[in-house]
Amino acid sequence: MRRALPIFIALVTGVLVAAGWWRAGGFALHAERSAGTAEQAVRALMADIQARNWDHAFATLDHANGIQEPDFIQEIAGTNGSLRTYSVLQSFDAWLLHEDGNHSTFRVRMNWSSAVGSLDELRDLSTVRDGNVWRVVWSKPNYPKVPLQVLPVNYLRWDVIGRRSDDWGAASVDSPQVRITSMNAVERPDRVLILGEVENEDTVPAYVNVNAALLKPDGSSLDEQGSFDAISHKLLPKQVSPYRIDFPGLRLSQVKSVRMDARALLVPASADPVISVENQSIDKDVVGRKVLKGVLVNQSGQTVNIAQVLAAFYDANGKVIWVSDGYLDQALLPQGPVPFAVSIPDEVAARVHSYHVAVNHYIAPTA
Amino acid sequence: MPKVILTVPFSLMLLALPALGQSALRAPSSVSAGSSFSIATSGTGTAMLYLLGPSHVVKRAIELGQDLPIAGSDVVASGWYQAVACESGGCTSTTFQVLPSSPARLRFLVHPSRVPVSAPDAINATALVFDRFENTVLERTNVEFHFFSAAGSAFDRSVPTVRGIAWLQIGSTSKQGPLRVVASVGEAAEARIIQQVASEACGLRIQAISGPRTVKLQTDPVRDCGGNPLPDGTVVSFTKIDDAGRSTVDTPIRKGVASAQFAVSGRARISVACGVVLGNEISVNGERR
Repeated sequence: MRRALPIFIALVTGVLVAAGWWRAGGFALHAERSAGTAEQAVRALMADIQARNWDHAFATLDHANGIQEPDFIQEIAGTNGSLRTYSVLQSFDAWLLHEDGNHSTFRVRMNWSSAVGSLDELRDLSTVRDGNVWRVVWSKPNYPKVPLQVLPVNYLRWDVIGRRSDDWGAASVDSPQVRITSMNAVERPDRVLILGEVENEDTVPAYVNVNAALLKPDGSSLDEQGSFDAISHKLLPKQVSPYRIDFPGLRLSQVKSVRMDARALLVPASADPVISVENQSIDKDVVGRKVLKGVLVNQSGQTVNIAQVLAAFYDANGKVIWVSDGYLDQALLPQGPVPFAVSIPDEVAARVHSYHVAVNHYIAPTA
Repeated sequence: MPKVILTVPFSLMLLALPALGQSALRAPSSVSAGSSFSIATSGTGTAMLYLLGPSHVVKRAIELGQDLPIAGSDVVASGWYQAVACESGGCTSTTFQVLPSSPARLRFLVHPSRVPVSAPDAINATALVFDRFENTVLERTNVEFHFFSAAGSAFDRSVPTVRGIAWLQIGSTSKQGPLRVVASVGEAAEARIIQQVASEACGLRIQAISGPRTVKLQTDPVRDCGGNPLPDGTVVSFTKIDDAGRSTVDTPIRKGVASAQFAVSGRARISVACGVVLGNEISVNGERR
């Protein structure tokens, strides 16, 4: 009788541990890590990436293309403080595109949970039979090789000094002058969007926020929102940024008018880095969606950890009809091209006449 | 609550005034802030004097029938004062006005701190005139505004105050640089600096040096329509359209010019813009990739 209680507790603990393992997908994980079929190989690789089990993930790959483990880890786990280093694979889905006896191709949709929200990535993975097992062919990353060089950087920097609040009229410096140069209200099935562009008309840098209030016919406010991250907040003199303000769950028929408000603060800023946006073109992605593709090139000598692309699309009359944005999960190394793509709704793409791309960047402070 | 404690006894005292007649106070109808003066009294005996001002209260024992000297330090705030003398038989009172003394200080606000050149009515200068005790001088006073530009030109404006405020609106000059604005009244003077900055770019032009696969671009010195150079750091946007698609780069002006470099594939059209101002467009031919 004395031993009955400890035995009972041990049994209950064992049952609970087994239930927890089963609930956490233990059976599925076990199945995914065995690679008797091509689909199992793909799912096993994704499961390893999800568990950040890099060594095992690399071991299950086909190594015929000479891929090195550091390159694989660098691509999938990120480096240089890129957005990928702040991301984890939340979920994935894989479906077969093509199959023959010893080869097959799968399309994988990876959903990454990142520091800036949920990000989707589509990737086509080939698999090959290797005896009794299937292995995934991971394309060898092609990192740009920049020759060793000294890059002189002498761009301007603006500092704000001598801020005081006790000297009325004597020490005031005005906020930067910014102007909303265009505004357009657009309706989507699930929301109303306010799109446009804002320019820093001043000779000093500005930290800009654009807010909009949708007004009812009686003049009262229906909803107020800000541009949040769909804007380049820090604008150098004469720099133009697209902005987009989302009003989920509203219809344009409910709105009588829109009240816009652009606020600017005087902030320290640097004209470095300069990022060029090259080879832009509207194309289709692997699933046939319209996207604006291009390549970002960091022309400065400093690594840009996180970059965001903002694109304004105009119709034939020069009116802004859409603003897209997208984050890059790779860091922008000096002089190294990094591809990007931002989506465009199909009905908008048909009316696009031209576009303007701006790049937001984040550089981690150095110690 | 303290106001009520003060007001109720004084109101009671004032109600009792008609019953009196044996003492009286006579003050000048107006005095200058900070100036000493006397209040004449009649009657005999001692009394308690209460001097009630906008920001100051004095209580002291007095001898009736003598002139009561009031120190300048007791009447520094302009406004209406009430002198009340109370003795055993009741209270008597008189009122007088303390006016601001001569202008001695200025508060000066100039807006904006930066202004584009040649902007009409863009500068607002407001001066508030005070005496040495910080009372607003309501009497009409002329404030002299002196403007000194970096180019060496100077001009003046004289503006009379209205209820203590002199206000002026003028346009900026055509040359960039600091504009020193001095407001003065008598010995008092205050200076402010306005930065006059270049306006929008004007006649923006680029030149290209073509290589087989790349093109180097550089603007002419970027100036506004008045010939003022746009400040370094101003963003200039270059756009190239060729077989490879569209490429853009926003680059800041350095040493008066902006430059960029593009790879070109085939025939390329290159344009330039600064803010909302468009520059010229050029065509170059590169080798096809």
